[in-house]
Amino acid sequence: MRAFLVRRLAFALVLVACASSAAFLLTRAAPGDLTTQLGAFPQPEEVAATRARFGLDRPVVEQWLAWGWRALRFDLGESFLYNRPVARVLAPAALNTAILAVVALFAATTAGLALGVVSGSRSGVAAALIRVVSAVCVSLPPLVTSLVFVFLAARTGWLPAGGMSSAGAGDLSWSAWLADVAWHVPLPALALALPIAATFERLQSQAMAQVVSEPFVQAARARGVPGAQLIWRHAWPVSLRPVCAVLGVAIGALLSGSFVVEYVTTWPGLGRLMYEALRARDIYLVAGCAAMGSAFLACGTLAGDLLLAAVDPRVRDEAGT
Amino acid sequence: MALLAAVALVTAGASWLAPNPPERRFPDLLNAPPTRVRVWDGGPRAPFIYRQRVVSRLERRFENVITERVSLRWLDDGALVTADPAGGAPLLMLGTDSYGRDIFARLVHGARLTLALALLATLGATLVGGLVGGVSGYAGGRVDLLLSRLTEFVLVLPAIYVVLALRAALPLAVPPRTVFLSLAGIFVLLGWPTVARGVRAIVASERARDYVSAAEALGARPTRVLLRHLLPAARGHLLTQATLLLPAFILAEATMSYIGLGFPEATPTWGTMLQEASNVALLSEAPWTLAPAGAIFLVVLGVNLAIQSPTRPQVQLDR
Repeated sequence: MRAFLVRRLAFALVLVACASSAAFLLTRAAPGDLTTQLGAFPQPEEVAATRARFGLDRPVVEQWLAWGWRALRFDLGESFLYNRPVARVLAPAALNTAILAVVALFAATTAGLALGVVSGSRSGVAAALIRVVSAVCVSLPPLVTSLVFVFLAARTGWLPAGGMSSAGAGDLSWSAWLADVAWHVPLPALALALPIAATFERLQSQAMAQVVSEPFVQAARARGVPGAQLIWRHAWPVSLRPVCAVLGVAIGALLSGSFVVEYVTTWPGLGRLMYEALRARDIYLVAGCAAMGSAFLACGTLAGDLLLAAVDPRVRDEAGT
Repeated sequence: MALLAAVALVTAGASWLAPNPPERRFPDLLNAPPTRVRVWDGGPRAPFIYRQRVVSRLERRFENVITERVSLRWLDDGALVTADPAGGAPLLMLGTDSYGRDIFARLVHGARLTLALALLATLGATLVGGLVGGVSGYAGGRVDLLLSRLTEFVLVLPAIYVVLALRAALPLAVPPRTVFLSLAGIFVLLGWPTVARGVRAIVASERARDYVSAAEALGARPTRVLLRHLLPAARGHLLTQATLLLPAFILAEATMSYIGLGFPEATPTWGTMLQEASNVALLSEAPWTLAPAGAIFLVVLGVNLAIQSPTRPQVQLDR
């Protein structure tokens, strides 16, 4: 188990390093640099000074190595756009994305699994209804749903149409701020969660249907184990394996989806930050965002693998040897 | 399946189906609502519409001039049906955008570019993935190890961030042709690994079979064995993956154009049209700007239903 963990962690580190370096080098290779932000007619001295300050006057490789060396000590350079260290800009954005992603994942898992168990173990109107709804929801990409939800919110005023907190929320007390965020989170989270919940429902339903017909469930039923207990205590844990296997993929989808949703609903998260940074050619911030994004993804897949190992002893044994 | 066929037909017949040219502006009808086709005016009539007149530009309010009936003209001006665009009473099935352009016309014309891009990228990704996977599975050994590692690596990259970074390596404003090719290239670059992984597994298991040994014994060259004998075994997988990639690429184009890193505004695609909807105030009053979102939903739904049809169950999410 330990060797497995070490290998996965090393792989995650390589991934983060490669992704951020690629973002760094690509941004550097792109035409234009952050001095375009100085305005239409900047002073030549000003341009030169800014370039020197951010190391843009040095050769690419030298700049990259210097950046990499500092990044090893968690110094990600400075953001020109915000005039602050990248880490300070990155942290709140990453937290916001994490809030959104965790809420969406939680909602998707709870709803998806519960409905999947119902539609997989029963037949009837309820199961058929669930099946139709999830077939539609699977085809609702976050771009489409978030736009429609924003439209509905703007029309009805039931939920705020965008942002993460109301104007002047900075002055609020802790609990009031939390309530304010909780008021803003359902719309983007729902847009993000719908297709994932539907995917989970489909998988759980298929797995459940398969498990219910297995001999051990039949035997338990024959011995008179009551229905609900049979499903939830005996059949459900066994059927979890395929669901856990796609958890890593789901987290990847969550990350890509959250970019769009953040953009549409003006949620101040990582995706939005990266977009702004790219537009401004804020090279260190771009690299930092890429590093953070890939770190999220790596954590997600790792969590998925660990969960799979926890649910399925066979995977655990295989990884241990 | 029928849904997809309908979309393909509409796309092919775009210029004939659209009542107005997609680039034509109606300056008096900015953000006008859809015109309702009527058949009753005191008594049954041939299909007609009322002329729309702007009441307040600021509030974007319009009213129907019920004294002026404009009857529809069929098979005229090279279009299936149209009203009187020259006289300022066009047939607007999905309203207009804030430049006064016919959204329906732009939707069906935009479908061409959006779908062509997605199809090209899907084809490219399937081709590259099939070849890499095939070579990797057939060659085995060090080549296999290298290619597999590469595949896995690209697979775990955070796709959206990579797309953004790659797109950012190009200038922000480029002509549509360049955008088309570069987006297709980027999509292929990120799409091939899912295909390659499955093909590799299939080819690697097939190459131990007798018919492969037989072909080799008969003196078939490796390329021939791979192309003629092994890759056909992966046909089903390739098809499945292609149907999964297609909606993903449609969505990717829409996303990129929506955030302003795709096609320029004047080019009608589903993504550039959705930019209109990013204005919340406008969106709440003019829901017809969401039409491209509906189109995307229909295509994705069509593909999903086609995949889930009883002949090929349980293929979704096999990555």
